[in-house]
Amino acid sequence: MSKDIKIKKGLDIKLVGVAEKTTENAIISNFYSIRPEDFHSIIPKLVAKEGSKVKAGETLFYNKDNEEMKFVSPVSGEVTEVVRGPRRRIDAIKITADKEQTFVDHGKFDTNATAEKIKAHLLASGCWAFIKQRPYDVVAKADSTPRAIFISGYASAPLAADLDYTLAGKEAELQAAVTALSKLTEGGVHVSVGKNSSSPLSGLSNAIIHQVSGPHPSGNVGTLINKVGPVNKGETVWTVSAQDLVIIGELLITGKFNAERIIALAGSSVKKPRYFKTKIGSEISTMIYDNGVEKDGNDRFISGNVLSGKQVGADGHLDYYSNVISVIPEGDDYEFFGWNKPVFDKVSTSRALTFSWMNPNKKYELDTNTNGEHRAFVLTGNYEEVFPLDIYPLQILKACMYQDLDEMEALGMYEVAPEDFALTEFICVSKQPHQKIIREGLDLMLKEIG
Amino acid sequence: MGLKQNLHNLKEKYKGKKMAPAFNALHTFLYLPNETTHNGTHIKAADDLKRTMNTVIMALVPCLIFGMFNAGYQHYLALGEIQQADGFLGASFWTLDNFIIGAWTVLPLVVVSYGVGLAVEFLFAVIKGHEVEEGYLVTGMLVPLIVPVDIPLWMLAVAVIFGVVIGKEVFGGTGMNILNPALTIRAFLFFAYPTWMSGDKVWVHGAVERAGTPDAISGETILGAYAQNTSLAGIDYWDMFWGIIPGSVGETSKFLIIIGALFLIFTKVGSWRIIFSTLIGALVMGLIFNGVVEAGWIGDTSKFYGLMSVPFWQHLIIGSILFGAVYMATDPVTASQTNKGKWIYGFLIGFISIMIRVFNPAYPEGVFLAILLMNVFAPTIDHYVIQGNVKRRMKRVKVKAA
Repeated sequence: MSKDIKIKKGLDIKLVGVAEKTTENAIISNFYSIRPEDFHSIIPKLVAKEGSKVKAGETLFYNKDNEEMKFVSPVSGEVTEVVRGPRRRIDAIKITADKEQTFVDHGKFDTNATAEKIKAHLLASGCWAFIKQRPYDVVAKADSTPRAIFISGYASAPLAADLDYTLAGKEAELQAAVTALSKLTEGGVHVSVGKNSSSPLSGLSNAIIHQVSGPHPSGNVGTLINKVGPVNKGETVWTVSAQDLVIIGELLITGKFNAERIIALAGSSVKKPRYFKTKIGSEISTMIYDNGVEKDGNDRFISGNVLSGKQVGADGHLDYYSNVISVIPEGDDYEFFGWNKPVFDKVSTSRALTFSWMNPNKKYELDTNTNGEHRAFVLTGNYEEVFPLDIYPLQILKACMYQDLDEMEALGMYEVAPEDFALTEFICVSKQPHQKIIREGLDLMLKEIG
Repeated sequence: MGLKQNLHNLKEKYKGKKMAPAFNALHTFLYLPNETTHNGTHIKAADDLKRTMNTVIMALVPCLIFGMFNAGYQHYLALGEIQQADGFLGASFWTLDNFIIGAWTVLPLVVVSYGVGLAVEFLFAVIKGHEVEEGYLVTGMLVPLIVPVDIPLWMLAVAVIFGVVIGKEVFGGTGMNILNPALTIRAFLFFAYPTWMSGDKVWVHGAVERAGTPDAISGETILGAYAQNTSLAGIDYWDMFWGIIPGSVGETSKFLIIIGALFLIFTKVGSWRIIFSTLIGALVMGLIFNGVVEAGWIGDTSKFYGLMSVPFWQHLIIGSILFGAVYMATDPVTASQTNKGKWIYGFLIGFISIMIRVFNPAYPEGVFLAILLMNVFAPTIDHYVIQGNVKRRMKRVKVKAA
């Protein structure tokens, strides 16, 4: 079954430095780091103490609210350091990898098992971390029954890793994962693929395939949900990113938690943008310097895409969910009369002496300058042009800012995730942090309503 | 890196001090700040609020310059020293004499408007410790354009202080205000000094001081004349369109306003929805009144007859409806914020403007009152538009539950 989803509202930000389709094996990272903050709202209970040995797939910590929900190590090695923040919060768990990798063997799993068994298996093996839920955009609650499960197989974000390329040849794993997930919901597994692509996902059975086209955010899972069936009050839907299906699938087939994934190294600061085979939590310094960035360059390293990724240092690590490392120049410099002179080298949706509308196919080298100072919301009507969901973006942002729970709920807060507001944040003339506002709004609702 | 580095050092030095917002406001006029993104989007679009506001100002500059020439032209014309100009490029209009006397009267208005207004803005920014927001850049430009040429400067200064403090700062500054500050200033002038603002003297430079003397000249606008069931001699429709008529400083030239409107729509800074729906609203109301006259319900002895019988399309070229629609009604903060709401909001502005224009014999320009009225109702319009979305969402839940 295949349905078309075509969106018109949105914006493709074309940047210099799209990854070339060649894959290298990254230098094997010696140190890995898992940051519990990747799993938003989960309070970790540490299992692997400092100095203990873990195998790949062995539990590092579990969810304080649900002991069944394990979070596992991507590699085998020794837990060398548990970095703690204020009030003994766990900031990171650092693992020194063994030369020889050993895996916990969960055993081959029969995907025709009952929903209960599949759930228990995913929880115990650490694969549950890859299942997120809406509302609230957090790791799914184990006792929730999703109305449907949504997977985006089309990456439309700027500089995103091409999923058709990174998932090629993984059909068996994808199928196993989708089959298992389809047992967990009545509403089916909805998968989006690009309209003009030959995605390995398009041939899946036990899934409903949607062909999406249009500008970013057509590939966001939030757009898919909104067009297929928005989340209503009291409902839950789950989302899984496509590259994580591979890990789930491999676990089901082989019994091993193999944290390997193909990621893109992209961005205008990278000399030769390309793909790497690496593991979750590995040091990005294993990839960025060889034919990559200048050693003493002034660059921003982002684990994730340029719109909603996390800033990491050059000594940082790949986070749990990302399949792209973006490197763009820092923009911490003044620009003489930058506010009124004609602009040719930056993207803009207006035409206020900004000329990006003249050559829509030009690729830009944007830096991290905010191009202006933070202001109150002034302009109206511009967010709607890049926001395809049936929601009033300005009004919901304001509702979050004055923390009116009833209004947030009425305006559709259950349907959104911060990444849905990445484009409105990008074009925001007042330079407001939309994604942060939405995240804080969701956190408030999670705390007050649950 | 002389200047840039020096300013950067100064900025670091002032950081956290009381005067930092004032310094930063000046600094950011010279240099786009060195601020970088944190988490969230790591890249940002090129536009900031300064650029947006600057675009509006650019759209206003032709009106201002034309206003200067027109002020001089009307002055000399009333004195009988020059011939009437023939069309937009008329020889007696674009003369240096006209410009000098016009600039001499208009520039002080601009200086007072900006000087007083920005002083208030800086003061509030320093007291409250927030950055100086750009909203006043446009307001300060609008104010001199919507006042009569011969307004005393002290009056303007008082009005500007009132408008900025009561119209904007008490609500929390730019972005939070309910009423358009420029119009608040205009309304203050109107209600505080009514004899000045609605008299038949202030619209032509020099008319006031000569009143009662043998050299007395008329300083009336076309609207004022129509309201008294008369007309001004020697002015045809093209004069009204080109703008070589008496009126507020910058709002006479419909031609330049249309150019400004096209520029604003093209740059996507002004809302075409509001501009068009305001014009539609005005035309509809004009048509209704024409119909009333045609039906014979109002005789030519009625005091409303003069303006009611004006053919509907002429309402757009007399008075300041066009200026209001393009530069005032489109203020995004005080207008409706939803796209559907903007249609309703604009339509009602046009509709009510013409209604006030016709029915208010004391002062026949209703645009600013209509816009202020709709400013107040804009949140209500938005509320109902958004309820549509909310209801759709509720319905979805019900369908599921059923």
